[in-house]
Amino acid sequence: MYLTKEEELILAGEYGYALQKAMEILVALGEIYGADRLIPIKSAQVAGVSYKNIGDAGIEFLRDFVNSGAKVSVYTTLNPAGIGDEFFMEKQREILELYKAMGIEITSTCTPYYGANLPKFGDHIAWSESSAVIFANSIIGARTNREGGPSSLAAAIVGKTPNYGLHLEENRKATVIVEVNAKLKDFADYSFLGYYLGKALKNDIPYFKNLKPEKTDYLKELGASMAATGSIALYHVEGETPEYRHAIADKLEKIEVDERELEEVREKFNAEWGEIDAIVIGCPHASIQEVKEVAEILKMRGKPLKVPLLITASRAVKALSDVLGYTDVIERYNGKIIADSCLIVSPVEKWYRGIATNSGKASFYFSSAGLKVRLENTEKLLLEAP
Amino acid sequence: MKLKGRKITKGKARGVALVSKKPLSFLGGVDPKTGIVKDVESDIRGESIKDKILVFPRGKGSTVGSYVLYQLKKNGVAPKAIIVEEAETIVATGAIIAEIPMVDKVDISKIKSGQVVEVDADEGEVVIEE
Repeated sequence: MYLTKEEELILAGEYGYALQKAMEILVALGEIYGADRLIPIKSAQVAGVSYKNIGDAGIEFLRDFVNSGAKVSVYTTLNPAGIGDEFFMEKQREILELYKAMGIEITSTCTPYYGANLPKFGDHIAWSESSAVIFANSIIGARTNREGGPSSLAAAIVGKTPNYGLHLEENRKATVIVEVNAKLKDFADYSFLGYYLGKALKNDIPYFKNLKPEKTDYLKELGASMAATGSIALYHVEGETPEYRHAIADKLEKIEVDERELEEVREKFNAEWGEIDAIVIGCPHASIQEVKEVAEILKMRGKPLKVPLLITASRAVKALSDVLGYTDVIERYNGKIIADSCLIVSPVEKWYRGIATNSGKASFYFSSAGLKVRLENTEKLLLEAP
Repeated sequence: MKLKGRKITKGKARGVALVSKKPLSFLGGVDPKTGIVKDVESDIRGESIKDKILVFPRGKGSTVGSYVLYQLKKNGVAPKAIIVEEAETIVATGAIIAEIPMVDKVDISKIKSGQVVEVDADEGEVVIEE
């Protein structure tokens, strides 16, 4: 891989330990994946925030990195934090302080694009958080590989990423056509579709035909679910997403999705209400439109929920909801908006037996953690819940 | 016997090989305090990777695994070197921050647990002592 003089100097340690280590990571990844050079990035999104995920190992590394002068050189935002007991929260605060000391915005959301960090079409970025990666690539048309926590942090510090994978035009072409025969009408239907396809396609780049999503949020959930059950990082939707016109280069295999495939997922996640201890909405973090929809459904319901409702959202969306009056409504019906945190990266298995949700991604992770799951559309969940 | 590979991180080491035929997850798969393998799917479960030349096909699991390698090193229970078939992000990044010599593209079927192995990562070479 070609390195500039400046990059060689960083690698040789002329600019200190942190930059050297970050550069070593980028160069090694570049060599492994066949990059020709490093390219500048516009922003980074760093995962590895929850204490449940990174533990003392992560804290130790971040502390040493901060002490050796690690600073980010591009605009950088963070993934959601976890929530837990006093000990957990103490550790969690320490992690956020360490990231802050590196110059990172401690926004802590999986949906940076709803607030602090919105790339534009064609921007090269280094993002971790699989749902944000697939959103940025597919819906915005920015370019990022599926980075891990450490590699996105290295890119943020150097301000560059190795030029391979989805940074290259030729690697962004569709690899399979997905003909959707099923009629998708709501958020949960996109969860079912995404959950099914992630498992079926693994790391393909699907090109959807016959998909007319009414809302951006539906596409967000489709991508998040595919990225959770598979390792998909980019998809195209005919007539909808920014790169679909040039997405088909060769003759491609075609798969069809009928009602039956969606029904299979629905049947997999059908825990009884008696087993459900909380309703979770906002995986990935809810948009203000999703929050508004919840408030309106609760008003239709007319009586408070017995099973508590937890909505996870970015602080930006929570602030908006407070101002617009939705938070008040939600709290009146035994709901709560949890800002900048994520239940999946919290020790939920200690608190709950079962969860009801509208998210395919949340269903995947909660069931992996051993919880019972009920996956249904928002309206049905909130109207039929005890 | 000399095996040719590719340098991922720099450095040299000599030690006893511990060979796994299965991909290894460091997060949850190796105890960062003791260096003992806990991954239930691993064929070297219960073994200590401390001071070994650790040989396995590739990493798997969470990218946080990189930080576990760093912690193993700080706790003095890290392997002396890592040899894999195919380097990927998790183990490569971990080896860099933990400063563990690492090579990939090595035919690991030639190496047996218990053999004394010398790794020259700078040259991308592995020598199995007779």
